Amino acid sequence: MNPAEILTNRPEGLYCPSGDFYVDPIKPVPRALITHGHADHARAGHGAVMATAQTLDIMSVRYGESFAEARQVAQGVTQVGDASVSFHPAGHVLGSAQIRIEQQGAVAVVSGDYAREANPSCASFEPVPCDIFVTEATFGLPVFRHPPMADEIARLLASVQAFPDRAHLVGAYALGKAQRVIMGLRQAGWDAPIYIHGALQQLCDYHIAQGVPLGDLRPATVARGSKADFKGSIVLGPPSAFASTWAQRFPDPVICFASGWMQVRARARQRGVELPLIISDHVDWPDLTRTITELNPEETWVTHGREDAVIRWCEMTGRTARPLRLIGYEDEAD
Amino acid sequence: MRDFAHLLERLAFTPQRSGKLQILVDYFARAPDPARGYALAALTGDLDLRKVTPSLLRALVAERVDAELFRLSYEFVGDLAETIALIWPGQQDGDLPLPDVVAELRETAKADLPGVIAARLDALGPSSRYAYLKLATGGLRVGVSGRLARLALAEFGDIEVTEVEEIWHGLTPPFEPLFAWATGGPKPESAALAPFRPVMLSTATELDALRALDPDDFAAEWKWDGIRVQAVSDGGVQRLYSRTGEDISTAFPDVLEALPDAAALDGELLIRRGDAVAPFGDLQKRLGRKQVSAKMRASHPAALRAYDLLVADGEDLRGAPFTTRRAALEALVARHAHPRLDLSPLLAFDSWEALADLRAAPPDQVIEGVMLKRKSSPYQAGRIKGPWFKWKRDPMLIDAVLLYAQRGHGKRSGYYSDFTFGVWDGEALVPVGKAYFGFTDAELKDLDRFVRSHTTDRFGPVRAVEPIKVVEVAFEGLNRSTRHKSGVAMRFPRISRIRDDKPASEADTLASLQALLPK
Ligand SMILES: [Zn+2]
Ligand SMILES: [Zn+2]
Repeated sequence: MNPAEILTNRPEGLYCPSGDFYVDPIKPVPRALITHGHADHARAGHGAVMATAQTLDIMSVRYGESFAEARQVAQGVTQVGDASVSFHPAGHVLGSAQIRIEQQGAVAVVSGDYAREANPSCASFEPVPCDIFVTEATFGLPVFRHPPMADEIARLLASVQAFPDRAHLVGAYALGKAQRVIMGLRQAGWDAPIYIHGALQQLCDYHIAQGVPLGDLRPATVARGSKADFKGSIVLGPPSAFASTWAQRFPDPVICFASGWMQVRARARQRGVELPLIISDHVDWPDLTRTITELNPEETWVTHGREDAVIRWCEMTGRTARPLRLIGYEDEAD
Repeated sequence: MRDFAHLLERLAFTPQRSGKLQILVDYFARAPDPARGYALAALTGDLDLRKVTPSLLRALVAERVDAELFRLSYEFVGDLAETIALIWPGQQDGDLPLPDVVAELRETAKADLPGVIAARLDALGPSSRYAYLKLATGGLRVGVSGRLARLALAEFGDIEVTEVEEIWHGLTPPFEPLFAWATGGPKPESAALAPFRPVMLSTATELDALRALDPDDFAAEWKWDGIRVQAVSDGGVQRLYSRTGEDISTAFPDVLEALPDAAALDGELLIRRGDAVAPFGDLQKRLGRKQVSAKMRASHPAALRAYDLLVADGEDLRGAPFTTRRAALEALVARHAHPRLDLSPLLAFDSWEALADLRAAPPDQVIEGVMLKRKSSPYQAGRIKGPWFKWKRDPMLIDAVLLYAQRGHGKRSGYYSDFTFGVWDGEALVPVGKAYFGFTDAELKDLDRFVRSHTTDRFGPVRAVEPIKVVEVAFEGLNRSTRHKSGVAMRFPRISRIRDDKPASEADTLASLQALLPK
């Protein structure tokens, strides 16, 4: 069969006619396969959901136990209608997977969000040979080259040392980024307690339960004591909390933000960030183009971000590519 | 180069002055000579490098990166040097000594420049590439003034900033004698002609405080609303300095021409047409220029109004009492008789009440209060309490309505502390200014609570609020402005009071504000 017929684009999202299911649909559908737990990919209200056990757990943490009518843990190769599907690590966040869909010998892989740099909080990306590769393009511009995370963590620790009387407030999204930063700090030898905003608590607890050793985490509250208790400490919170009165409890804080966007100065300034940390859980440009080169699919479908530049690169390297122009995906965890 | 790149990065992202100071002090302590001297010169604009043009850079990158990919990237990043720094295909992350880079950019022939720049970009990593390109194109824009850089140097060396300012103009990059002094060596001798001398500053006062003093001990004069300057003429060299030692000579050739030989005068820089002193806004048009057109000189003629005399006929008068200096100044100005140089007249008064009356009704709009100088006072560097006082005119006040608020930084993190306020123009409120000080900590909490509970819209870190909160705004003056929609710009606006007693409908109007504009 023509591999390009495995998937089509519908208003609800990417659809597989032979299996009668959607991948990461943006609207409630009868049957959904979910790549990972970020809110723009995993929504509540579907009929049946298939995902990795960790993604299903994360969805219940976020949406409650009744986020879907039925759920199925993805294990090995499963037949769904006329398609056989399997899930493979994407290296993006805990539980994240690429979804491989095979039909009559033709293979499509929907990567979801993915990353190639080793991530101490989840399993590493596994290249899956395919005819159609659906890639994200969140950082799909040649200006995006993420430095090694250890370098960025070293910059954070240098700043903590330079400003011992101030607290370092690190903006990090609750699923994935927060745990990645914490693991980065632990690997760099930061054994002190790390303070976390209440919005990060449940997902950090879940990571610990899944065997990710986040170490001594404490709630960033001032129930007793005072502002001064946070001197020299590292505090993590969702970026939205920095606009709330929550931020007022810290002594002269240095505002940091862990995100791939921090590579662009204007982005950092817009957010009032003093210490931009280029820590991403997506592929940067070299990894994105390397992945396409390695997989060498017949067609590359580009979604979710700066599609034009990736399409242009495919054109320059003689590859067939098309933009999916899916709407409704935001950069929750960039 | 990597250290320098790191310095620029930290400075650019640190909004608070105190934070920038600390970063600079740390850098001076860490970096070796002559790198730190070149970094200092880059920040203060004292590095004279060959200017690399944007078109040269565009041509370089066009040879290496697909035009379409570059276009998409530039569109996203928004800054040419930054886009090139990030997109440059080099894989290395080398380091180059800053002094070598500076020497190379200074000495390379124009035709060889593209090749040299490309080779450097190949050798460096993205952050160093960015610093290199900013250095080469001459636009660091990290929010460090020459004044702040000199303050940092003074703090680093534990010396008085006025002493640094005094010798600054005799020194050239990489300032090794200066760093030697800051690290315990001897103070460098300034060999430059027409050097800057540290300025004497006043402290604020008011009627109640003055009553303890004898009016007979003081001379009084108007405080003009221009720019306090020091004009120096020495061996055929003339220079005009701001009160922090910034050399602003190039913008005011007409004032330089008006100076008597071998003298140093303290005075106010003004735009003066005949006898009429123009408002401050007119003077602003001539600031910061490298060159002044004949047309600008004719339409906005600058002049010096002298307050004091530091050097006359090559003789240093700073140790003499004010009355002696004043007599010498009057004689010099009369003898020199140049139309662009005149005297700030002394005021006759026999009691503080009489002076208060004068202050309440100044003869000119471009007067912002009264200066009091102890007759016996020598001319001393810095702001010493006692010999000189400024008794400023009462600030102008309006009642305005809060429109927008923006989050603060550092100690004000998490607080909405930067406010935009407006006044009525018919049925609409037009923004007329921004203020981020004047209020107490308790008032800040009150304002923050108000913003959070009355937000109507959000734009990034800015919130629009329901237009119901009235604040009293105090400011020092008002200028016409084409940059502001309201057509007016306030000087030093601050929130002096929260007017919870007033409904928004009773806030001031744009017409009442415009009535305060200088004629
Ligand atoms: Zn994601
Ligand atoms: Zn995503």
